[in-house]
Amino acid sequence: MTVESTAARKTTRRSSGTKRTASASASAKKATASQSAEPELVQLLTPEGQRVQHPEYDIDLNSEELRGLYRDMVLSRRFDAEATALQRQGELGLWASLLGQEAAQIGSGRALRDDDYVFPTYREHAVAWCRGVDPTNLLGMFRGVNHGGWDPNSNNFHLYTIVLGSQTLHATGYAMGVAKDGADSAVIAYFGDGASSQGDVNEAFVFAAVYNAPVVFFCQNNQWAISEPIEKQTRVPLYQRARGFGFPGVRVDGNDVLACLAVTRSALERARRGEGPTLIEAYTYRMAAHTTSDDPTRYRRDAEREEWEAKDPILRLKTYLENEGHADAAFFEELEAESETLGKHVREVVRAMPVPEHMAIFDNVYADGHALVDEERAQFAAYQASFEGGEAE
Amino acid sequence: MAVQKLPLAKALNESLRKALETDPKVLVMGLDVGKLGGVFRITDGLQKDFGEDRVIDTPLAESGIVGTAIGLALRGYRPVVEIQFDGFVFPAYDQIVSQLAKMRARSLGTVKMPIVIRIPYGGGIGAVEHHSESPESLFAHVAGLKVVTPANPSDAYWMLQQAIQSDDPVVFFEPKRRYWDKGEVDVEAIPGELHKARVAREGTDLTLLAYGPMVKTCLEAAAAAAEEGKSIEVVDLRSISPLDFDTIQASVEKTRRLVVVHEAPVFFGSGAEIAARITERCFYHLEAPVLRVGGYHAPYPPARLEEEYLPGLDRVLDAVDRSLAF
Repeated sequence: MTVESTAARKTTRRSSGTKRTASASASAKKATASQSAEPELVQLLTPEGQRVQHPEYDIDLNSEELRGLYRDMVLSRRFDAEATALQRQGELGLWASLLGQEAAQIGSGRALRDDDYVFPTYREHAVAWCRGVDPTNLLGMFRGVNHGGWDPNSNNFHLYTIVLGSQTLHATGYAMGVAKDGADSAVIAYFGDGASSQGDVNEAFVFAAVYNAPVVFFCQNNQWAISEPIEKQTRVPLYQRARGFGFPGVRVDGNDVLACLAVTRSALERARRGEGPTLIEAYTYRMAAHTTSDDPTRYRRDAEREEWEAKDPILRLKTYLENEGHADAAFFEELEAESETLGKHVREVVRAMPVPEHMAIFDNVYADGHALVDEERAQFAAYQASFEGGEAE
Repeated sequence: MAVQKLPLAKALNESLRKALETDPKVLVMGLDVGKLGGVFRITDGLQKDFGEDRVIDTPLAESGIVGTAIGLALRGYRPVVEIQFDGFVFPAYDQIVSQLAKMRARSLGTVKMPIVIRIPYGGGIGAVEHHSESPESLFAHVAGLKVVTPANPSDAYWMLQQAIQSDDPVVFFEPKRRYWDKGEVDVEAIPGELHKARVAREGTDLTLLAYGPMVKTCLEAAAAAAEEGKSIEVVDLRSISPLDFDTIQASVEKTRRLVVVHEAPVFFGSGAEIAARITERCFYHLEAPVLRVGGYHAPYPPARLEEEYLPGLDRVLDAVDRSLAF
């Protein structure tokens, strides 16, 4: 074994070892402190809600901005909970929960400018929220009425992409186009630790590096790719892969909204300056199942979730807001009321979502038309029409 | 001069040049397309004249080439992507089939995908494996894609520009063993429709239906059959998706016999689709079942055996005889 690979193994052991220590020690708090102490993890707000400094990344937010981030996270979580409930009630066929990843998504999403472009996977509900996409639009594909119910260009938020990692290439190509246009917009591609194993993600890294594309790769390492742990995806911390492709990688505490905002903002600015891509690994945790079809009790321990609950992104910001006097009781009460309203709205909209017209099967397959589609549309229409008399009786 | 005699490869080169001149959003991308001018020299001289920003040498990663082209199209560009050889398209197959083909429908028509994927295809040049395949039906099967293939320099020139102007993704199969065949190209002509078949030779006894590299073979077969007193009509399909069944039907109603010829394996190939549909349309006109001539259900063989595998004059004429014997 080479010196280099030995070092890599040690690093892997250390990060996974942290978790083992945590479960063995039975003290979630102690484990948290140990995780936070990892030198490679950029953190500005500890799990206990303490503001800490980082030599490279800093952020100065006023009370209103801090409350705004908190509001975003609370409402995203409420939306997500509502969607999960709707799936349980049979209103959605499937739901991919973001529970636990609010800070990674809101922090990075609020770092974006309007003219930036987002390429999400299928769990970026809170990023969509930051982009101003009507959250109920996200539910169409999970209810089965469309494959993505929004115009990507109206909010610069591309459609959800289910085949893992495909969108990282689209993001890179789009960023190459941005650079060709001489614009100073940036592009951000979201993907997970599972997708990091895909060829497309690695090809995206190659293209982005070679063309110096203004793209930020935002990997939410939520520790699990359905039932496969991160150890089944990589032997080195994911952020370190960037170096091999020729651009910087940084690991940020993905449950720290301030750090996610600061690190993403810095990477986007770097892209705007023409300095090329950055890989951000947001070290976080998927508290819920992969999707509502999945059963995490078959592959992971309750203790692990409990350990991560102690690092909850929303709780830590709440502690900070309260301790520093950035928000009062009235703010939290109003937000609770707003959450209720959002939940009610989501329920109503989902239940009222119409099944598309049957003929929609043939819509938008081609821009310039296609003889076979026209022929089959006509056949289908005639077939449907043949039932009309029967239905009327 | 409007009419020039050009090899098919040069016609494609002129077509790309015209497209790059006409629309600043057109990009040419792929492996070796820049300084080298492509392994078949289809992009020869284009980077010199249009620069590295328009004629882009890419990393050696087919999924990356198509995937980034999708992103560029989302940004408003019209990428023309070169896949170096037929058998190399499969690393990009997921991006083409799962992403490119479906993007428009998924976005409810709000985005367009004006991407052309050029693929030199087919055998007959003595190449090593993965360099001689005919995967056209794998793409024709996918809704959202269009699939075309020219058989002569004039079509090569015009069909490529029409494909580039289309807002739909077009897989553009180039018959590589016909790259060096010369033909007249009228650069000021009004071109025919991209997805319309063409009667390449009139006849009354039987229709030979072919596309791409097999059109020439079928024309030669028809000429040989004429010496035996048989009048063979040859139809050049030009477009595989959509298929111009009206032109095929008109020809079959005239000749009452149809033989479909392609290099790709016959099993589940484009000939199967044509045979099924023409049987539906022309059941009472047909004097014989629709016959097919093509590749076998075996990997494309080593070059020393490819003449046995590929439909040649004799195999086509044998099928003609079998059809006429019914």
